[in-house]
Amino acid sequence: MTAHPAGPVAAPAAAAPRFEPSLMRRKLAGTVFLGVCLLAVGLLLLTLAVLLWDILSRGVPWLDAQFLTSGPSRRAARAGVLPALVGSIEIALLVALITFPVGVAAAIYLEEYATDGRINRLLRTNISNLAGVPSIVYGIFGLALFVRGLGLGFTLLAGALTLSLLILPVVIIASMEALRAVPHAQREAAFALGGSRWQVVRGSVLPAAAPGILTGIILAMARAIGETAPLILVGAVTFVTFLPNPIASGYTVLPIQIFQWAGDPREDFQSLAAAAITVLLVLMFVLNALAIVIRARLSRHLTW
Amino acid sequence: MEEETPVTVTTPPHTPSGTQPPRVPIRIVTGPAGAGAAAMPAPQPGEPGGHGEPGGHGEPGNSGNSGEPATTVRLEAISCWYGGFRAIRDVSLDIERRRITALIGPSGCGKSTLLRTMNRMNDLVPSFRLAGRVTFDGVDIYGRGVDPVVVRRRVGMVFQKPNPFPKSIYDNVAFGPRINGYRGKLDELVERSLRRAALWDEVKDKLRQSGLSLSGGQQQRLCIARTIATEPEVILMDEPCSALDPRATLQIEELMAELSRDYTIVIVTHNMQQAARASDTTIFITMGDDRAGYVVERGPTLRIFTNPEHRLTEDYVSGRFG
Repeated sequence: MTAHPAGPVAAPAAAAPRFEPSLMRRKLAGTVFLGVCLLAVGLLLLTLAVLLWDILSRGVPWLDAQFLTSGPSRRAARAGVLPALVGSIEIALLVALITFPVGVAAAIYLEEYATDGRINRLLRTNISNLAGVPSIVYGIFGLALFVRGLGLGFTLLAGALTLSLLILPVVIIASMEALRAVPHAQREAAFALGGSRWQVVRGSVLPAAAPGILTGIILAMARAIGETAPLILVGAVTFVTFLPNPIASGYTVLPIQIFQWAGDPREDFQSLAAAAITVLLVLMFVLNALAIVIRARLSRHLTW
Repeated sequence: MEEETPVTVTTPPHTPSGTQPPRVPIRIVTGPAGAGAAAMPAPQPGEPGGHGEPGGHGEPGNSGNSGEPATTVRLEAISCWYGGFRAIRDVSLDIERRRITALIGPSGCGKSTLLRTMNRMNDLVPSFRLAGRVTFDGVDIYGRGVDPVVVRRRVGMVFQKPNPFPKSIYDNVAFGPRINGYRGKLDELVERSLRRAALWDEVKDKLRQSGLSLSGGQQQRLCIARTIATEPEVILMDEPCSALDPRATLQIEELMAELSRDYTIVIVTHNMQQAARASDTTIFITMGDDRAGYVVERGPTLRIFTNPEHRLTEDYVSGRFG
């Protein structure tokens, strides 16, 4: 057969069929997989919808100008979230101010400057580990370092510093990912034009990585805003009727206000909790919307 | 190479003599002659020509500059290593001023490595090590006190894949001048550079659009404009057309011929037709059994392709190997 001129052509036909022609079965597998994916998405959406409905249906009736402009009260009808809302916004701003420069600078150092040595790898691993430390541990640390050690007392600043520590690993990791995603050719291009390392980072790498960095920071901020446990340890209190001064006074934030109201046996206060959750959700929504807008603006030119 | 007719240019190139901006701290000299003396260490006394020759300034096209040394970049006994791997073995070669020199050779023979020693781009690779001397107008660019940042402004580079910044066309061209502290009229420099790269007419109405919105060939010409804008003397091109279609390739080649009036061009190419079409001098590189690259033959392009001296060169240019 090998000697036969037609051999190579004839042989495959004579042999057993090598391809499984059942198109039906292959298509079925695809359909099943799609079904599983849809189911997962559906489950998620359903949960979200139930949650939102539960909260909104109870909370929205309580949402009015009075609720947004007054402090907590023993009487549900007169209670409001103003100090908690302002506390949350102040903390969010402070956290952003602290984590943005520190986190981005650390990421730039680790990605753009540090050589890939053992110390650097150890640092990276530890930063990843820090991102997994329970938040209550940060609370204890914040209590020891900021409240007692630095003598800041139970102030909003101490709370913001604690939350900053909590989300810094997340910010650093997200920023490093964003920097790493910038094609190497972009750095080479800037170097080839006579850029110093800082000019390359500043002019070429950072603008390209900015949308990713920003996304990471905003997501981390959302986490900081929703955080409760560490703040309990560093002094956020539940009954604050005045607007907080970051360095001098006690303070509260929305999650803690929610925590307190939700634990109250009276039905009206539980509805107040739902209303406060609504406010917190809106705050997060605004923050995320802001992130999307900024991201879209920054990545106008990014299309590789 | 000596027997080749020098490129005689009768018309002054349309770069700048007249449009040169008034006060320029980095001493923009449009042609290769004598620029950059501000930043690089002074040339060695043995070479009186070129530098600071009166009248040499602003008249780059007149390659008559007789006192100017014919060689810009010179590699002397270069060997390169990446970690333990030796990529280049003992290469010596000269790059002639205002000519197009093509480096050809099989994949992995070290052409790009060699090219990147000329503007110290390989310094960015941590495991890279170099032995030998690379001089630029007589100055050792790896010498003590020479900052690679300064070298790279004077020896520009265009890469294989067009890599414009994700910025507007204008900002792409203006990037180099800005980081190098250019204080002349930026608009003029951008326009001049884009014209020089034969791109102005296509983009003059959309300078604010992203550089990435252009076609591949336009992007590569944008990268060339960006390189020209820092007023280099040498332009290194690392397979600049390998990602482009034939039409865009031809445009780039025509542009190279045009630019070689004022600039020294070194091009790495896999495309032998391109080397044959577009270069004045060809250097054939191959690698030994240890995969370290070395120069087999160097000569006028015509001779290398029609009458190579070395058997290996003949095999390569005739397509029997590589």
